[in-house]
Amino acid sequence: MLFRGLAFALSAGEVLRIAGPNGSGKTSLLRILCGLLTPSAGEVRWNGARIQTLREEYARHVVYLGHAPAVKDELTGAENLRATCVLAGLAPSAQDIRDALARVGVPGDKPVRHLSQGQRRRAAMARLVLGWQAPLWLLDEPFNALDAAAAAVIRTLLGEHAQRGGSVVYSTHQDAGLRDSRVIEL
Amino acid sequence: MVVWRDLLVAMRRRSDVATALLFFVVVTSLFPLGIGAEPNKLRANGPGVIWVAALLSSMLSLGRLFAADHADGTLEQLVLGAAPLGVTAAGKAFAHWLVSGLPLVAIAPLLALQYDLDPGLYGVLALSLLLGTPVLSLVGGIGAALTLGVRGGGVLLALLVLPLYVPVLVMGAGAVEMASAGLGGQGQLLILGAMLIVAAAFAPWATAAALRISSE
Repeated sequence: MLFRGLAFALSAGEVLRIAGPNGSGKTSLLRILCGLLTPSAGEVRWNGARIQTLREEYARHVVYLGHAPAVKDELTGAENLRATCVLAGLAPSAQDIRDALARVGVPGDKPVRHLSQGQRRRAAMARLVLGWQAPLWLLDEPFNALDAAAAAVIRTLLGEHAQRGGSVVYSTHQDAGLRDSRVIEL
Repeated sequence: MVVWRDLLVAMRRRSDVATALLFFVVVTSLFPLGIGAEPNKLRANGPGVIWVAALLSSMLSLGRLFAADHADGTLEQLVLGAAPLGVTAAGKAFAHWLVSGLPLVAIAPLLALQYDLDPGLYGVLALSLLLGTPVLSLVGGIGAALTLGVRGGGVLLALLVLPLYVPVLVMGAGAVEMASAGLGGQGQLLILGAMLIVAAAFAPWATAAALRISSE
C-alpha cells in the first residue's frame, strides 16, 4: 500500500506539488490522476464525472508528461512534437512547432537520438508550449535532467498556465521554486 | 497520425524491415535445398512453405510493434491520446502490415519461381497473402500487447499467437493448393476475407484492452 485516505480537489488556476521521498508513490499518484493506473480503492473525478467513464474526453483535457521523455529517437524534434500534438487531438502549424521548440531551445531538424538527455527532456517539454488548451497538466518530475535555463522556462510555462486558469499537478522530491498553491506530502 | 509516425520510424530503421523480408527470402530459399529439387514435390510443398515463412516473418517483427513505444514512453501518450485506443491500435497494426506484410505479398510470386508453381497461381498466392497477412498483424497485435514488458515475452508471444495463426495458414495455403488442383481457391479466399473483416472489427479493441492492462 503506497498511500491511503488521500482526498483532494483541484480548482482552476491551482498549482499542486506532490512531494515525498523516492518510492513514496508520486509517480503512481500521477498515473492514477491521468487514468493510466487504476487505484485499488477510490476514484478520480473530472468535473464530477469518473475519468474511467470519460476516457478520451478526459484525455483531451489533460497533458501528461511522465518519467520517460516520450520521444522517438528516429524522428526529429519537430516530427516528434507534431506526432505528440496530433495524437492529443491538436493541429499545430509548422510555425507553432518551430516556435515551441525555439522556446525550449531544441533544434527541430535533428533526429532526437543525436540530442543529449537534457535536450530530449526539453523536446518533451515543448508539448507544454502548445498545451495551453488542455486545462489540466500532470507532470512527473518535470525539472529532472534540465539545466537552470530550461527549468526557468518550464517554471514560466507553469506560471502562465495557472494564470490562464489552468491547473497543474507536478511531482518533485525537492522544492522547484514555484509558487505552489498547495503541497501534498506523501 | 500513428501510421505516418510508424512508417517514418520504419523508414529511418530500414534494417528492421529488411531483416523480416530477408528472413522470408532465406527460409523459402532453404526449403528447396532441404527437400530436394524434384519438381512435383516442390510444387506440392511450395504454397505451404511460403505461407509458413510469411507467418514466421510477420511474427518476427511483432515483438517490436509496441515494445519500442513502451520503452520510450510514447505508448503512454498513445493510451492517453484523443483518439479511441482501438483506432490507434488499428493504425499500429496497419503500419505493421505495410512494413512487414505488404513486402511479403510483393515478393512472394518471385519466390514461388523456386517451387515451379504454375504462373497462373501467382495471383492466387499473392491474393491469399494480401488477405491473410493483415489478419496476422491484427491478431498478432493482441499478443504483442499482452506480452508487453514480460520477461521472455518473445517465446510467450509465439506460443500465444501461433495457434491463432493456424486458420489463416490453413486457408491461405489451401487456397493456392485448391487452385493448383484446378478446383479454384475462391472458397478459401472468401473465408480469408471474412477472417480479415472479423479481425479488423474486433482485434484492435482487444489490443486496446491488452494495452491498458500492460500499461498499468
